[in-house]
Amino acid sequence: MIIRLRKELCTGCQKCVEVCPFGAIDWQDNLPVINEKCQFCRKCIKECPENALFLEEEEVKVDTSAYRGIWFFAEQRKGKLASVSLELLQVALNLKESLGEEVAAVLMGYRIDSLAQELTERGCDKVYLIDRPELENFLEEPYALALTELINRYKPNIVVAAATMMGRSFFPSVAARLKTGLTADCTQLSIDPETKLLVQTRPTFGGNLMARIICRWHRPQMATIRPKMVEPAPIKDCKGQVFQEGITGKLNSLVRLLSQRQAENIVDLQEAEIIVSGGRGLGEGKNFELLRELAELLGAAIGASRAAVDAGWIPYPHQVGQTGRTVKPKIYLACGISGAIQHLAGMRTSDFIIAINKDPEAPIFKVCHLGLVGDIFQIIPLLIRKLKENKKENS
Amino acid sequence: MEIIVCIKQVPETTEVKIDPETKRIVREGVKGIVNPYDTYALEEAIRLKERFGGETTVITMGPAQAEGALREALAMGIDRAILLSDRQFGGSDTLATSYALACAVRKLGSFHLIICGRETLDGSTGQVGPELAVHLGIPYLTFVSRINNLTEEGLECMRLMEDHYETLLLPLPALITVVKEINEPRLPSLRGLLKAKKAEIPVWTTGELEGELNRFGQEGSPTRVVDCWHPEMKQEGKVVKGEVDTLVETLYAQLKQIGVI
Repeated sequence: MIIRLRKELCTGCQKCVEVCPFGAIDWQDNLPVINEKCQFCRKCIKECPENALFLEEEEVKVDTSAYRGIWFFAEQRKGKLASVSLELLQVALNLKESLGEEVAAVLMGYRIDSLAQELTERGCDKVYLIDRPELENFLEEPYALALTELINRYKPNIVVAAATMMGRSFFPSVAARLKTGLTADCTQLSIDPETKLLVQTRPTFGGNLMARIICRWHRPQMATIRPKMVEPAPIKDCKGQVFQEGITGKLNSLVRLLSQRQAENIVDLQEAEIIVSGGRGLGEGKNFELLRELAELLGAAIGASRAAVDAGWIPYPHQVGQTGRTVKPKIYLACGISGAIQHLAGMRTSDFIIAINKDPEAPIFKVCHLGLVGDIFQIIPLLIRKLKENKKENS
Repeated sequence: MEIIVCIKQVPETTEVKIDPETKRIVREGVKGIVNPYDTYALEEAIRLKERFGGETTVITMGPAQAEGALREALAMGIDRAILLSDRQFGGSDTLATSYALACAVRKLGSFHLIICGRETLDGSTGQVGPELAVHLGIPYLTFVSRINNLTEEGLECMRLMEDHYETLLLPLPALITVVKEINEPRLPSLRGLLKAKKAEIPVWTTGELEGELNRFGQEGSPTRVVDCWHPEMKQEGKVVKGEVDTLVETLYAQLKQIGVI
């Protein structure tokens, strides 16, 4: 595939150079020259007023029809199904509506057969269960080997996992073993009505640019999906089939798990209904105490922007955003957070966003449901006082 | 210990400025830097060398100007640098990128450890590291936040998963991707800067890599970007200004309405 120029049509307007998001068009001798940064997004082709640019595509014929079915990796941790697995089921069910292929879950672990029903009663047509002691604890290699063998056995059309630590750790290994494409951290999946291809939408450049990606000639089409993009699939009293699958290959891991311990005070931001989050506007680390007092009154978890974490005011597990956690609480209260796009990427889908910031131009005000232009050090203590009074009255 | 670090040059900022009139990206004056997550990989390589001896090598794939990122790495204290640059590498997705890097690693010969950053600032996929390990047939670990020890059995590493810490033993040769908790990257020394300025950086093209040509670049990339656009920010709610008392009243009323108090 290559972008070519009909030189005789080019008027030298340089619009293509201007619109290219990747800086992939150089201007040489009064003509556009496409360099190696080109991602083939075709923006230049669309925007050229003279239709001087076009795409030359070599047709590769691969039999993709042998691949059928929409699969997802049902993540479980310590014998419990992760809530994100039910979100993936919903994503798969949505794809089934447009594609008409059956939905199957791959469930891996040790003594986890009881989890299959949670998936089938929510509309999952099939569950492939791999129950092996080597899969009790997550390790990249055995998980990748088992899933790769299963994919080779049944040839699914689409395989997705959650963009969690686990999904992002081992899915690239599966895709590389199968020599197929993998799109990371998608926020939306759909089926192209004409080509029936999986259209994968994801943010790049820290969320400043959205991209649609396809995988045309390779199967399966693989993606990881950001948590909290859809609601978990509800119980529908459906019945599905559960298959116990054997794996013929060895599931050894060269890597050895020596020990694991629960992280203390781990903030389960992803499960919290209310999050009180602090940013640069707090000025210093000890001011998080103010937020903690408020959070305690509201029964909320504490979040933070990258700026606050980078400054060392609060540990990394509290970070919300592109490189932290993605959250979707009922209320997200952003205190002194300007709203860098990386932060917004992690909390935009919250049900109700409240922002307090001194700067009326702060980008957070563009996404919030209620914004207060003011000083957090005046507003929050007053709110705390009111909440305490309210508590007293009610007790 | 022979250590290879794979890095990427990325735009200095992801905050792509948009011309309010034309709604287009302003690219002028955006500098290329070493992907911030890769600076932790470089620092860790230098520290391991300081502890256990050996040699450190940095590799990047990119256009000719990506050489700048390699010189930054040399200035920090990396011993040598290789640039993979060829028109044929254009349009590489993570599979083709990791394949090209794997060919380069093979060409370099033996090694004990490859270190990558957890992801890049621009693409943010975090896939190149694990895919590179698969091409080379070596074990890997993602999101490593600490290296405890190096023994005859391998490298003892720690990482934080969703809700727990793990300590793992990784036999070498292997690959790790590291997170920012692992260290504090150093600034280049004056001597380092001088050395980096003078260093000869070999450029390897597809011809030098001895790989299958159809696995490089666009042709070797299963995925295609078919469309891209700037997300619109929608103003959904109301923004209130005024006296502190009024603001708190509004906030309190809202919390009450949602039903949390």
